[in-house]
Amino acid sequence: MKNILLIIQREYLARVRKKSFIIMTILGPLLIGAMYAVVIFAAISSIDQKQILVKDESGLFKGKFKSSEEFVFNFSEDNVDKLKSQLGKDKKDALVIIPENIMSEGAGVKIFAQKGVSLELQNKVEGAIEKEIETIKLTEAGITKSVLESAKMNVKSETLSLSEGSEKKSSAAAASIVGGISAFLIYLAVFIYGAQVMRGITEEKTSRIVEVIISSVKPFQLLIGKIVGVALVGLTQFGLWIVLSSGVIFFGGKVASEKLMASQNAISQAQMANLPPEAQEMAKKNMKMSPGVNAAGGMSEVMNALDTLPVATIIISFLFYFLGGYLLYSALFGAVGAAVDSDTDTQQFMMPITIPIIAAFMMAQFVIRDPNSNLAIWTSMIPFTSPIIMMVRIPFGVPVWQIIISVILLIGGFVFTTWLAARIYRVGILMYGKKVTWKELGKWLFYKG
Amino acid sequence: MSENILEVRNVVKNYANHTALSEVSLSVPKGVIYGLLGPNGAGKTSLIRIVNQITAPDAGDILFDGKPLNEHNIYEIGYLPEERGLYKKMKVGEHLLYLARLKGLNKDQAMEKLKEWFIKFDIKTWWDKHIEDLSKGMQQKIQFVATVLHEPKLIILDEPFSGFDPINATLIKDEILELKEKGSTIIFSTHRMESVEELCDYIALINNSKKVLEGRKSDIKQQYKSNTFTVEFEKGALKDGNSYAIQNVSTTSDGNQLAVIKAVSGVQGNQILSELMQQVEIKLFKEDVASMNDVFIKAVNQSN
Repeated sequence: MKNILLIIQREYLARVRKKSFIIMTILGPLLIGAMYAVVIFAAISSIDQKQILVKDESGLFKGKFKSSEEFVFNFSEDNVDKLKSQLGKDKKDALVIIPENIMSEGAGVKIFAQKGVSLELQNKVEGAIEKEIETIKLTEAGITKSVLESAKMNVKSETLSLSEGSEKKSSAAAASIVGGISAFLIYLAVFIYGAQVMRGITEEKTSRIVEVIISSVKPFQLLIGKIVGVALVGLTQFGLWIVLSSGVIFFGGKVASEKLMASQNAISQAQMANLPPEAQEMAKKNMKMSPGVNAAGGMSEVMNALDTLPVATIIISFLFYFLGGYLLYSALFGAVGAAVDSDTDTQQFMMPITIPIIAAFMMAQFVIRDPNSNLAIWTSMIPFTSPIIMMVRIPFGVPVWQIIISVILLIGGFVFTTWLAARIYRVGILMYGKKVTWKELGKWLFYKG
Repeated sequence: MSENILEVRNVVKNYANHTALSEVSLSVPKGVIYGLLGPNGAGKTSLIRIVNQITAPDAGDILFDGKPLNEHNIYEIGYLPEERGLYKKMKVGEHLLYLARLKGLNKDQAMEKLKEWFIKFDIKTWWDKHIEDLSKGMQQKIQFVATVLHEPKLIILDEPFSGFDPINATLIKDEILELKEKGSTIIFSTHRMESVEELCDYIALINNSKKVLEGRKSDIKQQYKSNTFTVEFEKGALKDGNSYAIQNVSTTSDGNQLAVIKAVSGVQGNQILSELMQQVEIKLFKEDVASMNDVFIKAVNQSN
């Protein structure tokens, strides 16, 4: 036991002290932060207001086009040729001409632009015109505006899951996101740290240190020490990633939201300039209230969604399936590392190990859509796929008996793969300069002592 | 307490396609240098791995200091494998500390012993160097220190001199002799007969998974002596005598005659000498002692 601890310590320190570990641990969150920064930056910079001139020959639409963050509509009475000549100057980006007979024909609207017309603008203009015509026609048919208003209803649905006899609020969207992220992290962990175990073992074999070590400790102790040491490295790295990324996202988010706010204010002010004075007053009052309300509303929505999820269950099962999946696969990766002489020979043995992981990850996408299908239930039991699939299902709520079976099978699974790996390992590490075949690996399983 | 540090009794080890050891028995007395000889693939490394409990025998017993080998004996054995290496990325000091602690020393004991060896080998400046920055010879010194640091009762060296330059080889040779002085027993597996000649008190020869011979080196040499003598003399002719038969006569560079004669069994050197003295003027007379090389080749050929 003392020796296993020594081995764990060495394996852990050797990896954590490596420059590549330190760089990756710090760079990971920065990369994630940078990714967000690019997305946010792109979002901010794309908010480039377009000034649209509208010549309304029918006279029906004045004041009916609502300006937005992207488009500001200005109505003009000037003649078409004069307006056309204004395009491209004074930041006038497009010109919309609505013909007199729009009510009867429904066609003939023309949009001119200097650089081509975006689909968005076209949709917006068409939508606004359609809606206005609809209102006019409905009014003509005797339906008052108040009736129309009351006919509009914003429907929001709430998803509820019936489990254990009690109704629980659930949020399908939050569950999918949490499940998807957890499955992806486990998938990543199995590959990154499984491969580290494999490379570590091949390295010991090629550097010929292994025989020195196993004259002091049992091969099994060395294997277990390495697997546990790398697991701790994984937990450290993931832990640091989570802490650092939330830090980066938190501070980055703060800066970004301030910028967003500023640019929104600028836009609103530009919009207000187009409003009559009394409307400006009104809008200002609204503006003052809205940002805070929005932010608070957003936050509480996220919190509410999280509240609907079994957070404690998710965290505990994430740790379990993270470790279980890693232990199961890293033992197999370890066996491969012991069987070969160099990294380049690992290919033929890697395939059968990586296929179930990749398959599980691909299946996870279907499971997110239907977390209680037969496929989902079965694959969340089989130890080779359960770490990924079960993690996708858990945020949606999984019957306890299924979790228990899955946990027992996974424990059984990694005990089995570790046993298997240990038998291959103890023979493989002392087998130098020999290309090993599958048949030979099979024989190694039955060697004595 | 036994007078043998190690006893191997009828050990058998089979692999899928071949037998590595069949009914091998050896006795290694305390405080000697014991040469384990044999051609490549004879089963030496298999036997050494069994003694180190890296693998287990299919049949047979091993006694360490009179008692059946158990896992605590690992701490009393120092093993330098033929295929040896170090963690390249580790620093010399922490690497040795790690290996010492795996051998059961605590941190303080290990530090103390390491200091002695660092002074002895004059490598104090290496403590913080990375293994990968050391030359091969320097790494071998580190490996040797790691093998003997915990002052094991039994030291097993598999081809210890392979890859050593003559200076380091001499250094290690002196250390081996000093360890023997201090009471350790050294098992020494090699092909290099000159180092066997120089160092070993006892030898055992393994060929084709079987023990071919074992015993005190001097006894074995006696056993394998060819019973021939070399005679150098001035001029004259030498005829076969009552006590000997001539095998071969040649002329040396300074004009003397050189004859190899075989003694009739039971005859001592003096008797031959007195017969020769009557015929020729003798410059040199010596018994041909079997070299370890001869013993090795003869024994292997016989057993094949």
